[in-house]
Amino acid sequence: MIKHETIEKNIGLMVLLIIIVISGGGLAEIVPLFFQASTTKPIEGLRTYTAVELEGRDIYIREGCHVCHTQMIRPFRAETERYGHFSTADEHVWEHPFLWGSKRTGPDLARVGGRYSDDWHRAHLYNPRDVVPESKMPSFPWLFEDKLTGEDTAAKMSVLRQLGVPYTDDQIASAQEDAAGKYEIEALISYLQALGKTHSVYNNKR
Amino acid sequence: MSAFWSAWVTIITLAVIFGCTWLLLQTRKSEPYKEETEKTVGHEFDGIAEYDNPLPKWWFQMFMATIVFGLVYLALYPGLGNWKGLLGWTSTNQWEEEMAHADEVYKPVFAKYAVLSVEDLQKPENVAGLKMGQRMFANNCSVCHGTAATGAHGFPNLTDNDWLYGGAPATIKQTLLHGRQGAMPAWGAVLGEEGVRDVASYVQTLSGQESDPESTARGKTQFQALCTACHGVDGKGMQALGAPNLTDTTWLYGGTFEQITHTIRSGRNGVMPAQKNLLSEDKIQLIAAYVYSLSNK
Repeated sequence: MIKHETIEKNIGLMVLLIIIVISGGGLAEIVPLFFQASTTKPIEGLRTYTAVELEGRDIYIREGCHVCHTQMIRPFRAETERYGHFSTADEHVWEHPFLWGSKRTGPDLARVGGRYSDDWHRAHLYNPRDVVPESKMPSFPWLFEDKLTGEDTAAKMSVLRQLGVPYTDDQIASAQEDAAGKYEIEALISYLQALGKTHSVYNNKR
Repeated sequence: MSAFWSAWVTIITLAVIFGCTWLLLQTRKSEPYKEETEKTVGHEFDGIAEYDNPLPKWWFQMFMATIVFGLVYLALYPGLGNWKGLLGWTSTNQWEEEMAHADEVYKPVFAKYAVLSVEDLQKPENVAGLKMGQRMFANNCSVCHGTAATGAHGFPNLTDNDWLYGGAPATIKQTLLHGRQGAMPAWGAVLGEEGVRDVASYVQTLSGQESDPESTARGKTQFQALCTACHGVDGKGMQALGAPNLTDTTWLYGGTFEQITHTIRSGRNGVMPAQKNLLSEDKIQLIAAYVYSLSNK
């Protein structure tokens, strides 16, 4: 039997034993997920984000929307009642990085697409209190001034393709043209309106 | 999950649990814990030595209890690969049960009102149905139309009996189910800046506002050529198209000269999102009844 002292006085052995102990959870809980159809195969009919939506997604990340908004509807009736069908892993196979979030200060946005008009989103993002008086969401007026150049859009798509998102050559070729000149607010709203609308497998009626 | 991955998960999980148990038992000292023990671990720094006490009993027992809890949990719930657990629980099952239970409880409540017409729902004995409609309005519609349904700039007031698309019960339901898409085109390029200002002057006079007479006269000609198809010769609008009445003092996008010119120059395309894929017909019925009640008191 190994004595405590032997382990404490042999750093290499201690490192090895620690690695064995702490990798147990990851090996059993995380590693198999990389090989399961339910977590690696996209849901039927899933489409990729367009160039503008993809840029909108990056604005969503830049402005930290995911800090207050989740994109993860949990399998409880109350959540279905409010947001629609619960989120599943196969909906997020092409999300790099995923934006599930970890805390809700505002509502979940996983299926916000189509729920409000573009005009509402514009008013709400310019000054949330104009439409929701009790809101504590920040205003994002600069999105109405800054325009996209689209110069990195194609590169972003190529990288995503390497990660397994099936962008076509045509999509990548026209990416810059598609995104250039659009206001940031337009890109963000097209992304928001696409949330939950990239496939139509689930019935979200409540 | 394939047999390989099922075995992978099972073996690692059990190996970790039993490994911890083995480690705990192997390192346990049998002697009871004493406040004043003489034995030290055998090293000393600056006159400070470390006593070689056993693990406190409560700690050891709690550790054993968590191991037992873990094993019981793994027997009851799905954790070990393809093992379904003695309780047969899954998160999807639980969700389906919750949904079925809610249907059982709430379906009859909605069914009671679903057979009634929107007009019948206004009767005093159905006030509970209207209350339900009000709460669903607060949850789903107030974000745009306001908690009191009085609207906001660009979002119609539903309490004033002034309707873009009509306020009959069937029309309200149609609006809720299928949504609406406003289609005021941008006239800036056609009219030019002066033309836009002329038409705005004329539109102002339709609702009795003061305006420059010369500009108004020019604007009237343009209005009759371009705007009457939707807004009507008299400017009273057309509900089939959602073209607003311009002769009253209700303005969706504001009635000042600047606001009117902006509307003419850039157009307006207000959207009411369709609710048919979001809310059940039973709920839409009650919301329609509530909306109808707001201007038909």
